[in-house]
Amino acid sequence: MTEGISKKELKKEKIPRVPMPEQDPEKRSGNFNEVTLGYTEEDALREASRCIQCKNPKCIKGCPVGIDIKEFIRLIGEKKFDEALEKIREKNGLPAICGRVCPQEDQCEKECILGIKDDPVAIGRLERYVADREMKHIAEGIKECAWSGVTKKCTKEKVAVIGSGPAGLVCAAELAKMGYQATIFEALHKPGGVLVYGIPEFRLPKEIVLKEIEYVKSLGVKIEVNMVIGKILTIDDLFKNGFMAIFVSTGAGLPYFMGIPGENLNGVYSANEYLTRSNLMKAYKFPECDTPIVKRLHAAVVGGGNVALDSARTAKRLGAKKVYLIYRRSEEEMPARDEEIEHAREEGIEFQLLTNPVEIIGKDGWVSKIRCIRMKLGEPDDSGRRRPLPVEGSEFEIEIDVVVMAIGQGPNPLLASSIPDLNLTRWGNIKAEAVTGKTNVRGVFAGGDIVTGAATVILAMGAGKSAAAAIDEYIRTGVW
Amino acid sequence: MYKIIKKERLTEDKDRFYIKAPLIAEKARAGQFVVIRINEEGERIPLTIADYDRKNGIISIVSMRVGKTTTLLSGLKQGDSIQDVVGPLGNASEIKNFGKVICIGGGVGIATMFPITRELKRAGNYIISIIGARSRDLLILKEEMKNVSDELYICSDDGSQGYHGFVSGFLKEYLDKDLSGRTDKEISIARVVAIGPAQMMAAVAEVTRPYGIKTIVSLNSIMVDGTGMCGACRVEVGGKTKFVCVDGPEFDAHQVNFDLLLSRQKIYCNDEGVCFDLYKHKCKLPYNN
Repeated sequence: MTEGISKKELKKEKIPRVPMPEQDPEKRSGNFNEVTLGYTEEDALREASRCIQCKNPKCIKGCPVGIDIKEFIRLIGEKKFDEALEKIREKNGLPAICGRVCPQEDQCEKECILGIKDDPVAIGRLERYVADREMKHIAEGIKECAWSGVTKKCTKEKVAVIGSGPAGLVCAAELAKMGYQATIFEALHKPGGVLVYGIPEFRLPKEIVLKEIEYVKSLGVKIEVNMVIGKILTIDDLFKNGFMAIFVSTGAGLPYFMGIPGENLNGVYSANEYLTRSNLMKAYKFPECDTPIVKRLHAAVVGGGNVALDSARTAKRLGAKKVYLIYRRSEEEMPARDEEIEHAREEGIEFQLLTNPVEIIGKDGWVSKIRCIRMKLGEPDDSGRRRPLPVEGSEFEIEIDVVVMAIGQGPNPLLASSIPDLNLTRWGNIKAEAVTGKTNVRGVFAGGDIVTGAATVILAMGAGKSAAAAIDEYIRTGVW
Repeated sequence: MYKIIKKERLTEDKDRFYIKAPLIAEKARAGQFVVIRINEEGERIPLTIADYDRKNGIISIVSMRVGKTTTLLSGLKQGDSIQDVVGPLGNASEIKNFGKVICIGGGVGIATMFPITRELKRAGNYIISIIGARSRDLLILKEEMKNVSDELYICSDDGSQGYHGFVSGFLKEYLDKDLSGRTDKEISIARVVAIGPAQMMAAVAEVTRPYGIKTIVSLNSIMVDGTGMCGACRVEVGGKTKFVCVDGPEFDAHQVNFDLLLSRQKIYCNDEGVCFDLYKHKCKLPYNN
C-alpha cells in the first residue's frame, strides 16, 4: 500500500475515469465535425468526484499557467459551474480551447496522484465541460453573456501585439485587463493563428475559437487583420505611431521539408499548406468554397506530432481510402497527444513506424510512390530520445498520390528580418529572456513558438501572460 | 473591406481597379504584389501592384478574367469593396542605373512591367520596351509604356499589330541586329526584365542565355498566404527550392526551372474548372464565357 494515502482516497480511486463520449470512428472519419462530444453534467460530476483534493496538489505545478485545478474541480463537485469557470479564467482566458488541445497527459494529469495506481482525473475534460457549458447556456439564453456587446475602454498606453495566435491573444487580453490599449496585428484575414489555420475543425471547432476571441475583444483588445508587420508597417513605424511596447508572437510559420528528391512534385504539401487550405480556407467544402485541395485515394503523411496526425486525419476525411503515417521513431517517441494517436488508429490511419522517406517518386509531374527505409533506435540524442538509424538494405516503396510533410515548422523570418538589430538563435528563433520575453531591442518583447520553436498552445499562452506582466513593468518604470 | 475607387475596362478580358489602401500605397514599390480575397468563401490570389498613389492612398491592380475568382473580381464596380487586400508582399525590383535595359511585358504581365519600367527609366536607364499580346485588341497599357520608354516595340501573335509573333522572337532579332552592328562584338544590353506567362519568360530566358545577358523574371506561382508560411509557391532556382512569395517574386531567369513552374501552375486546373462550372451554372452564365 502506498504510504500517506488515506482509506478515503483509496476508495475514490475505485471510480473509473469517465470516458469521453465520441463520434463513432467510422462515421466521423467521413465528416469534419468534432470527434469528442464533451461530458454531460452527470459525467462531469462523476469525474470531479474522483478528485481526492490532495493537501499538496501536484497537478497545479504541472500546469504551465498554474490554474487552481484542485479548487475548480471542488467547485464542479458542488455544482458551482460558473464559479469553477471563473476560477479557471483567473489564470487561463481560453479554457474551451485548452480543455481540447492541451497535452494534459504530459502536464497536469501527469502529476495527478491517482495516476500512480489508476487513471488520473480527466482535468482537461472537466475544464472543457465548464467552458462549453457557459457557451451553451449563453446560446440558449439561459445565461446572459457578461461580455457580449461590451467593449471595455482601455485608457493606458498603447501596446502592439504581432500575431493573434495563443501567445498574442493571451498577452493582449492580460494587457487590456490592466487597462492598456492593446492592438493585435494579424497577417491573415482571420484572427486565431494556429488555432484557426492549423488545428482542424474536428479537433477544435472554429466556432469555439471565434467565441474565445470575442471574449478577448470584449476586454478592449483591438484586432487588425491583413496586417503583415515588417511589410505594411515596420517596428519603427509602430513606435512612431505611439506604441510604447511591442510583443512579437508570430509563431512557427515556416514549413520544413526533408530535402529529399521529389518534394516539389505536384501532390506534395507542407502540413502548413495542407491544413491552411483545409481549415482556414475551408477547402474541405470545395467547390462551395473556392479554395481547392488535392483529394486522392492514397495519402502519406510524414511526421509524428499533432500536426502530422491532424494532416493524416484530414486526408482521411477528404476521402483517402489509405492513409499512411510515416514516422522515423517508435510510437513511444511520438510527440503527439495520446488521445490523437488513439483517435487516428480508430479511424484507420496506418502507422508506418521506424520508417523514414528517402525519395518521392513522380509520374508526369505528380507524386506516385514514396520510397522509404526502415529505421532502428540507437543511443539517446540531444532530445533524450533514442536516435533513429537507418537499417541498411531495407528500402521499400508505397504507392501513394498525396504526400504531406509534417516534420516541423521553423520561425517565419519575415518580421525578424525587418528588425536588423534583433538577436536570433542559429535556427532563426528570437532570443528572449525566459520569463519576461525581453529581447535585445528596447521595447520589443517576444514569446510563443517564435522564441521556443514549435511547442504547445498552453506554453505559448503562458509566455504571453508573463510577457504582459513584464510589459506592464517596463511601461511603468521605463527600466529595460 | 477595401473600396474600389475607380474601375477601367482595359480590354474585353482585363480590368484595372483603383483601390483605397493607404498603408499599402505608402509602402508599395515596383515589383511587389498583394493577395486578395473577394468574399467569405473566396480563395486568396496574388496580384501584382500595377501602380500606387501615395498621396491619395490608392493602389491599382490589373486582373485578367480566367477563372471564378477573376470573373467575380471583374464583376465588381466602382464603389464596391474587396473583402481582403494584404500587402505589399514580396521583394521590390532592383532599381539601379544599369545602362540599356530591355523591358518585356506579355499579356497581363505588361501591368506588372509598367511600374518597374517607369522606375528603371527614372533611375537613368535607356529603356527598350517590347510588349506583346495575342491580338491588338488584347494589348494593354501601350500609352503608359510608351511614356516611360526610349524605344517601344509591339508584338502580336496574330500579326494584327506590330511584329507578327512572340516577344521572344522579336527579342532574338533585336539582339542579333544589336550584336552584328557592333565592331567590339559586345552586346550593348545590360539587362533584360521579362514578365508574362511562364512559357514566354522561359522562351525569353533561352533567347538571352547565349548572349549572357542578365535576365530577370517575375514568377507567377500559386500562393495561399503570401508570407512564406505554406510553401505552395515553391520553385526551383539554381537547383535550390525557393518560395516565390518571400524569396521573389523576381529571380535570375537563367537559374529558374520553368518546367517545374509550369507543372506546378497546373495542380488545380481540373478543380478550378469544377468550381467555375458550378458558379456559371448557379449564375446561369453561358458556358463559353
